[in-house]
Amino acid sequence: MKHTSAWKEALLPGALLAAILVIALPLLNATGYVSDYYLNLFGKYLSLAVLAMGMSLIWGFSGILSLGQAIFFGIGAYCVGMYLMLESSGKGVYGEAIPDFMVWNQVTELPLYWKPFHSLPFAFIAALLVPVVVAVIIGFLTFRRRVGGTYFAILTQAMAFAAWLMFNRNEMNLGGTNGLTDFKTLLGYSLSEPSTQRGLYLCTAFLLVVSFFICRWLVGSKMGLVLTAVRDQEQRLRFLGYPVASYKIFIFAVAAALGGLAGALYVPQVGIITPSQIGVLPSLEIVVWVATGGRNSLIGAIIGAVGINAARSVLTASFPEWWPVILGGLFVAVVLFFPDGVVGIPGQCRRGVRRLRARLAGAPTRRPEPMPRPSEQPAPTVSRSDG
Amino acid sequence: MVRILAFLLLVCCTGGVLSNTSVAADTPADYGQDLAASATQRATLEQIRDLADPAFRDVLQALKEGALYSWPQGLLIFTDDGVFVDLAGTPLLDAAGEAIFPEEGLEQVPLEEDNIPLVQRALDVIELFAADPNARRSTALRLGNMQDASLIAVLQKARAAEQDAAVRNVLIEAVNKLQLFAPDAETRRHAVIYFGDKRSEAALSRLRDMRQDETDAGVRAAVVEAIETIENFLLVRNSVGYLFNGVSLSSILLIMSLGLAITFGLMGIINMAHGEMLMIGSYTAYVLQEFFADYLPGYLDYYFILALPLSILTAGCVGLLMERGILRFLYGRPLESLLITWGIGMVLQQGARLFFGDQTSVSPPTWFRGGWEVMPGLIFPYSRLFIIALSILSLVMVYLLLYRSNVGLRIRSVTQNRDMAACIGIATHKVDALTFALGTALAGLAGCALSLIGTVDPEVGKTYIVDSFMVVVLGGVGKLFGTVLASFGVGMSNKLLEPLIGGTAAAVYAKVSILVLVIIFLQLRPTGLFPAKERTAAGTLR
Repeated sequence: MKHTSAWKEALLPGALLAAILVIALPLLNATGYVSDYYLNLFGKYLSLAVLAMGMSLIWGFSGILSLGQAIFFGIGAYCVGMYLMLESSGKGVYGEAIPDFMVWNQVTELPLYWKPFHSLPFAFIAALLVPVVVAVIIGFLTFRRRVGGTYFAILTQAMAFAAWLMFNRNEMNLGGTNGLTDFKTLLGYSLSEPSTQRGLYLCTAFLLVVSFFICRWLVGSKMGLVLTAVRDQEQRLRFLGYPVASYKIFIFAVAAALGGLAGALYVPQVGIITPSQIGVLPSLEIVVWVATGGRNSLIGAIIGAVGINAARSVLTASFPEWWPVILGGLFVAVVLFFPDGVVGIPGQCRRGVRRLRARLAGAPTRRPEPMPRPSEQPAPTVSRSDG
Repeated sequence: MVRILAFLLLVCCTGGVLSNTSVAADTPADYGQDLAASATQRATLEQIRDLADPAFRDVLQALKEGALYSWPQGLLIFTDDGVFVDLAGTPLLDAAGEAIFPEEGLEQVPLEEDNIPLVQRALDVIELFAADPNARRSTALRLGNMQDASLIAVLQKARAAEQDAAVRNVLIEAVNKLQLFAPDAETRRHAVIYFGDKRSEAALSRLRDMRQDETDAGVRAAVVEAIETIENFLLVRNSVGYLFNGVSLSSILLIMSLGLAITFGLMGIINMAHGEMLMIGSYTAYVLQEFFADYLPGYLDYYFILALPLSILTAGCVGLLMERGILRFLYGRPLESLLITWGIGMVLQQGARLFFGDQTSVSPPTWFRGGWEVMPGLIFPYSRLFIIALSILSLVMVYLLLYRSNVGLRIRSVTQNRDMAACIGIATHKVDALTFALGTALAGLAGCALSLIGTVDPEVGKTYIVDSFMVVVLGGVGKLFGTVLASFGVGMSNKLLEPLIGGTAAAVYAKVSILVLVIIFLQLRPTGLFPAKERTAAGTLR
């Protein structure tokens, strides 16, 4: 059976991932080799890795470049942030039952849409479902009208811009430019306690592994094959009678749910969410992580997200003004020289060595240059199919 | 002794009161005692106000600041320099020429609380006759808003004396504004008619109040009529203003989107570094301005003439380098090309920030200062008019290049069918490189033009870039006309939605609504306004 083999393939990397993230790191923390600070930092990276996996699903596996993934991350983060805000309310500077920023904005009563967020389960489910609903609407409006490729990228970018503008407004009652912050407790546990943070780390690592298995299963299933075909030959697939738009909407919604989950896990660990994490630039950074790690690989996406964010933490501390240059330059280099990212480097080396060996042995290369015959027009070297 | 003093004082007071009505006295010393006595202070101040004589400025100022002292020999002013002077301004000196500081008999002249505004008014009135026309003008404006009919006389006197025509107009308006508060109904009516004829919104709020409170029927009828005239005029003026803003934004978007759309149509690449190409154009203008300021200060204004072609050249060269150096390795992978242009843009932007610092600004040549006053209160700045003209010019040039030249023929043939164009011997890669450079060159030109109306900073393109992407999406890639129409669609709806939505967040909501409109539009025409006709099954967009 196809499915069982997909499971088997997933088992080894998945088990490795689980062993490192869920068992080894907490053990190292318990024995004192990894400090609480670094464990918390790593937990933050892992939540971003969930986001990157979603990006890899749509971009690497299905060929849909969304430049607005940060919107979904932001929605998830704000949902859980609203819960945390309400749990801390009454303990703020003003001691009011509503969050402090509402007091500043002369809002006296909790807006209606804030009320259900008193419950954590509701907040968590909303963090997953609201992004899905938004993604389905966007997908419905674009994919069904066969808006794809570059147009889709540009449109989602404009949406990210619009979302950033909206979240910055005070009328939204979401904290305006300052966002949501100053959280105190989660289910009664203080967020400043190392033990709470450890629990959050474990939760994040566990959910990352679970998401990895789900994605891996999705990619290995027949659905995954169809999605790869969407990426490579959308036109042909449509002629074969597949409802391409529905597949695209589905995978876009899955990626959005992963984005929402990432946001939900991110907020309690970092303690703040602001509109600056929603806009155009954060969305593009997600693309950079995935491109660097390897967009055709879920593990690659995780490596990219953790690696780039760790590098950012180190480099922005020492050369903050050079970080954008490094990020942009790295991205250009990766797209040019390592199209399969970090995880693709071994394969690239193998191919290079094989080619070199073949050349040294004097044997003809695998693909000889086509000899142009006078009777024939030279074949166009460039194919302009969808990327 | 005491009696004599009391008598003297009485004589002085009555003398002062008498002088109010009869003799014209015009040095501050003549008014000194009246000013000091609380009973006569108000009447004296009113009189000083109507005199409007600059000689009184010091004594009024001193009175206001509590630096006016009475002394047996007259009034003294304690100056900022720390000496006492008398009302004529001569310092109080002893025989040896040393400053005297009287220790006894000094008493601060109290300023009655009710008279504080009067002192200020009197000081203002003196300003009406100041030497500086700007000071006269602003004072007239301020006094006109005082809602105090007693100022009418002095303003009229100032108007009669005024030589400067512009200031005189301001004075006339101020007088009329004050006459709206006049006790006499006929005067009020004339003032109301004046504002109606002038279509001036200066007194609109007062006229609205009068519509509520006016008791005289004739005046009220005039008020209603005047308000209607003024409001109609304002509606027309604001509409013209919004339209102009829309045209101005549209022209900026057009000049930006032209290059973007041509490149996109030809190569399927959206150049995400387009905003940075704009930035390069702006910085070219800036560097050139600095160069002229250092080496050719006499010809500073002419830097802009040189900056226009140079910014085209610089941005075009950078674009050529980008295409030849990087993008040509990514042919057939439009999404990768899009992403890589973003990476390049990021490096360029931060590079500019590191090199030039965060914010620099270009001062437009003097010819671009000011504007064309279309109607009272509505000015079209020359710089914006220039940008509109420039965008029309570039549109014409691009049209000629694309449709009337050999190169354009090649560009169009590659755009329509790359493989076929290659087959008949067109060097498609050369065409690509050239077109990409043309696109970035247009961005450079836009950047140079935008340096006239804003600061030059690394994020100069950010304001317009998302809008111009929307223009490309909306306009489609087939026809130049699609881009023109889409620029105007986005630009005009942006500026016309803003006043419709209103409030502080109007710009934000206008932008969001435009995005929604674009998406709705794509439901109807997913390939833009004027899609290229293709005989392939590819209904998808690249």
